[in-house]
Amino acid sequence: MHLTEEEKKVALEQTGNILESYSRERGNLIPILQQVQEKLGYVPLVAMEEVARHLGMPPVDVYSVATFYNQFRLIPPGKHQIKVCMGTACHMKGGNIILDCWKRRLSIDVNQVTPDREFSLERVACVGCCTMAPVTVIDEEVHGRVTPTRVDGLLFSFGVKIPKGQQKEGEAIGRE
Amino acid sequence: MTEIFEKLQQKSRAVWQSLRDRPLILVGTATCGRAAGALEILKVIKEELVKHGIDAQVLEVGCMGHCYAEPLVTVYKPGFPPISYGYVTAGIAGRLVEDFLAGDDPCLEFALAALEANDMVPALTDFPRGMIERPIILDKCGLIDPEQIEHYIALGGYAALATALAREPGWVVEEIKASGLRGRGGAGFPTGRKWETCRLAPGEEKYVICNADEGDPGAFMDRAILESNPHEVLEGLAIAAYTVGARRGYFYIRAEYPLAVERVKKAIEQARRAGLLGTNILGSGFSFDVDVFQGSGAFVCGEETALIASMEGEPGLPRHRPPFPATAGLRGRPTVINNVKTLAYVPHIIERGAQWFRETGTAGSPGTAVFALAGKVINTGLAEVPMGTTLRQLVYDVGSGIPKGKSFKAVQIGGPSGGCLPEAALDMPIDFDSLSQAGAMMGSGGMVILDEDDCMVEIARFFLDFTQKESCGKCTMCRLGTRQMLDILEAITKGQGRPGDIELLLELAEDVKSGSLCGLGKTAPNPVLSTIRYFRDEYEAHIKERRCPALMCRELIAYYILPEKCERSCDACVGSCPVEAIYPNEDRIKVIDQQKCVKCASCLEACPPQYKAVIKLSPPELVAERGATNRG
Repeated sequence: MHLTEEEKKVALEQTGNILESYSRERGNLIPILQQVQEKLGYVPLVAMEEVARHLGMPPVDVYSVATFYNQFRLIPPGKHQIKVCMGTACHMKGGNIILDCWKRRLSIDVNQVTPDREFSLERVACVGCCTMAPVTVIDEEVHGRVTPTRVDGLLFSFGVKIPKGQQKEGEAIGRE
Repeated sequence: MTEIFEKLQQKSRAVWQSLRDRPLILVGTATCGRAAGALEILKVIKEELVKHGIDAQVLEVGCMGHCYAEPLVTVYKPGFPPISYGYVTAGIAGRLVEDFLAGDDPCLEFALAALEANDMVPALTDFPRGMIERPIILDKCGLIDPEQIEHYIALGGYAALATALAREPGWVVEEIKASGLRGRGGAGFPTGRKWETCRLAPGEEKYVICNADEGDPGAFMDRAILESNPHEVLEGLAIAAYTVGARRGYFYIRAEYPLAVERVKKAIEQARRAGLLGTNILGSGFSFDVDVFQGSGAFVCGEETALIASMEGEPGLPRHRPPFPATAGLRGRPTVINNVKTLAYVPHIIERGAQWFRETGTAGSPGTAVFALAGKVINTGLAEVPMGTTLRQLVYDVGSGIPKGKSFKAVQIGGPSGGCLPEAALDMPIDFDSLSQAGAMMGSGGMVILDEDDCMVEIARFFLDFTQKESCGKCTMCRLGTRQMLDILEAITKGQGRPGDIELLLELAEDVKSGSLCGLGKTAPNPVLSTIRYFRDEYEAHIKERRCPALMCRELIAYYILPEKCERSCDACVGSCPVEAIYPNEDRIKVIDQQKCVKCASCLEACPPQYKAVIKLSPPELVAERGATNRG
């Protein structure tokens, strides 16, 4: 995904601010990356380079940590982050069907962002809400017992209109 | 020392007592409650109280374990027994305030149960479930405000820490050893021995870590405990620190549990302010402080050495043991790492003694076990039962059986490290040892109940897919062996299995087991092995007949509308289909366009129960056969 110069500048600035409060110990690497992600919503390459400089380690080592852990996102998330739970209970109650639904409605795949950057889609291993399976988390809010029609309803609550009857495979959804 | 603590207790008891002089309403707002809408209920109750001018206290509490009935509200009104209400809606919340608090009608039609035995309402202990459960570490969950340390102290909290501090660390080790406490993270290693090793290990600086990286899909008890009673775990950690001689401790909590992180942080802050953490705790000369380290979503980090690697800023790769972390752990120093539940037991054992703990459970596995019941069971939630309780008691008495009149098929226990146990195992008493004999594992206690609609090959594939994705990649057999196994399983679930696949899976499973360093790889084949062991016929149906007996594998089924059952005037399925694959034919009988169908089961759910016209067929070719009669 292409970042604008403005985005890169903001990323560098914020990363610098975060680094000020951390000593140069490698043990701080994950907390720093978590802070960066909390501030920016993702961990851009420029930030990783900056962190590497601060901790005195090769940038590739920072990259290897950021890509090892599932939590870190390397591209900006959508305005609304949709996370579909793929735990055992959710899976047995149709979690993959729900994930397919989101993919179909948003016309994106997992770990992608809609072109207008409104929604991003992720799968999570288990959010520990197994009794409410299948679960989708939207912007920290947990929605339990999701069905395909509920997916449409949730999207509707964000002002997304599903064009009934005309939507073809791969066609982007329309927004009001 | 006792004097300082006694003062703290007195103050806390006063706070707790003051809750009792007017009506008190508890709203369960752990993650499970929130998912069911508890925050909305909380708002309604507060508004209604103001509207009716009632002077009552409203508290946010954790999870009582009755997650199936969320949102849960418990009302204490002087003159009445405390009553819990389940499945609370905004309307019911309003009625509780208006009829029960403003009036005197306890609205028993909405009551789940009373908390104590009484003459008015059946109590939780009167149900079969209540007779089996023996809450020790879940005892206060859902009954106290996790964000008020006074509640915990008033009910006996931190007394064990005071007791331990007044004794020698060696005494604590002996007591824990005598109790027979085994690690609740899954492997069941004796906790006392771990502590002793670390205590005797040379080194000035030592650490204790609470492992709350609960990554098993299907397990949520660590989350529930941290959200409902964080002080219990913190107290256990402090006792561990005193015992081994550590001055620093960490909570390693997975990032997917934001509420648990928040509540633990608050608990640490409060304990510091109360003088239960920090320098010279309770005047004993012992100093100890705690930080929270957030995991970043890697299942393998539940393994001790990988967890340490991640805290040191490395990718979470496990390393060879020995040396064990108890002698060379975090930053090369002796480190005790215990699971949330293990630590939660510690204060209770110190308070009531090793002998008391041994009275519950089995000889080899004393105490209780906390299980998270999920899947196809009526009463999903948390249950704490004595070790040695049978699966049947758990599924049928605690869980109230299988919903929708379906039949029990298997229970998946222990997450990706565990296995699937069939109906024949229902009467097996479960503890660490019996489970591993049966080819499963206690794991952390996640239990997913499966019914006749669940395909065992698919569940094996699901877990392999999980472990394959989560393998850190260090060991070849774990990285590539699980990949091969997954490929075979995927082919089988798509109807592309070949003769000999089962044998190949069994062979690969042995290789992956023996060729992997850590628990992730060593146990990864368990779901496959146990499903082949108990459900081989299902594998064979997939391979030989291209048929999924449970009608679950999407590539091997098709949805079909029985023309003789379809009601002409009803369009429920048409409206529910997200891809417009259902249309009425010239007789207004609904037909599914198999090319368009995404097999989402919406039509099956939407078809009114009096018609039951939508069915699944396997193999999908059966539709063509039926289709001929459909048109005619």
